[in-house]
Amino acid sequence: MFVRTFRICGLVTLASVAGAYAIAYVWVRGTPGQRLAAEYCILVPFWISVLTRAFGWVALLSNQGLINTWLRATGMLSEPLPMVRNEFGVIVGMTHFLIPFAVFPIASAMRALDERVLLAARGLGAGRTRIFWSVFVPMTMPGVIGAALIVFVFALGFFITPAILGGGRSVMVAELVYLRIFQSPDWGLGAAISITLVVIVGALSAALFRYLRPSQMAG
Amino acid sequence: MNGYRPGPVALLCALVVAVFLLMPLLAVVPVSFTPSRMLSMPTGGLSLRHYRTLIDDPRWLDSILLSLRVGVVSSTLATLLALAFSLGIWMFRPRFAAALVGFVLLPMIVPPVVSAITLYFLLTWLSGVGGFAGYDTWPGVVLAHVVVTVPFAVVLILVSLSQVDRRIDLAARGLGASTWERATKVIVPNIKFGILTAWLLSFVLSWEEIGVTLFITSVNAITLPRLIWMGLRDNIDPAIAAISVILILITVTVLTARIVHRRARGRE
Repeated sequence: MFVRTFRICGLVTLASVAGAYAIAYVWVRGTPGQRLAAEYCILVPFWISVLTRAFGWVALLSNQGLINTWLRATGMLSEPLPMVRNEFGVIVGMTHFLIPFAVFPIASAMRALDERVLLAARGLGAGRTRIFWSVFVPMTMPGVIGAALIVFVFALGFFITPAILGGGRSVMVAELVYLRIFQSPDWGLGAAISITLVVIVGALSAALFRYLRPSQMAG
Repeated sequence: MNGYRPGPVALLCALVVAVFLLMPLLAVVPVSFTPSRMLSMPTGGLSLRHYRTLIDDPRWLDSILLSLRVGVVSSTLATLLALAFSLGIWMFRPRFAAALVGFVLLPMIVPPVVSAITLYFLLTWLSGVGGFAGYDTWPGVVLAHVVVTVPFAVVLILVSLSQVDRRIDLAARGLGASTWERATKVIVPNIKFGILTAWLLSFVLSWEEIGVTLFITSVNAITLPRLIWMGLRDNIDPAIAAISVILILITVTVLTARIVHRRARGRE
């Protein structure tokens, strides 16, 4: 149970941070038009309820959903591809939920980056790709690590999206607490899992604060 | 400035992410117009029947009204509490200020399930002793939402307090203002925008709150997210798509208004 939760949270963290980095890059460094488009893509999902977003994924991915309907209509598939009520659905839904949260720390790290460093790199003869990978990415790493920790902590305690998109099959730890308290009254186990979660989350948050403090002082 | 625009590869990656982010929101739109009773793509004609359901079925209207009431009351309480706390920290700078702030921010870090269980036990206990705000009552939901939203309001108010010039307060004190006058006539007017933002954020958080609400309500106090949740769990009701489209439209409108407003201010 804990292993599965950690595996899902790890995958979700990787996917969210990678996606957030791509869109934050355009949000911070794009042309004004690109920035506005990126801002909408980040903020609209951010402000919309987690239920609406999970429901959107159900509408897309379920057996009668848009993707399966389309795949069968075009004759690419005869049987619907199972994409919800399994880990895939949970990971997609959680990644979607968490990308905006990952964008904010990454974007603020990118904004804080001194423009002159990039100019210096160019002056020293680095190409675009080289500047991005050897200067830009390493210098925004603190934001990425901060984002990864935040996403991981959020993902651990999360149970709405897994409950809707997992359909009870790929149960995450937090969802198990809910089931233990309400469906099979086993308060002891529910409480024990909660305490474990608090300890893990507490340790990760402490790591986050320890990590952020020195970098703030340096900045 | 901005010597480096994203190249084509970066733009392509961002586009993929953008599509990923918007897709589920767009997918809801056609589903909400389906004439069928089941969740499906509209085949044949379009229909507004699921929007009618929202008006005709009292459950939807009741839950919207309940969510509005809970949202207004709980965000007002949360903002007042957060304001009192932040003013205390800012004006008197107590010795354990950092520890106090950390303590108040705890509910933000604790996983929602854990807050939910704690509040569930608290509220069932309150109903047991005949409290006003018990399990499955709207004051109970308000109480729980206040607990969940106060940390966010505190953060916003503390941030706007940190931008207030302390010398204004010193001047007021030098001119003989009492503590109450300093707070209400000097500091609060300076942070009114922060207070308003804190209220709005608390309202939105309460309006969308589901994790904790799920634990502390059953049949009487059904907020809008709770009703959506029930519709999602049983058999998926396309009325959810209709309400989702309305919520998405409200969000986009508010965001656009904010962006336009910011532009207008930036140009002044």
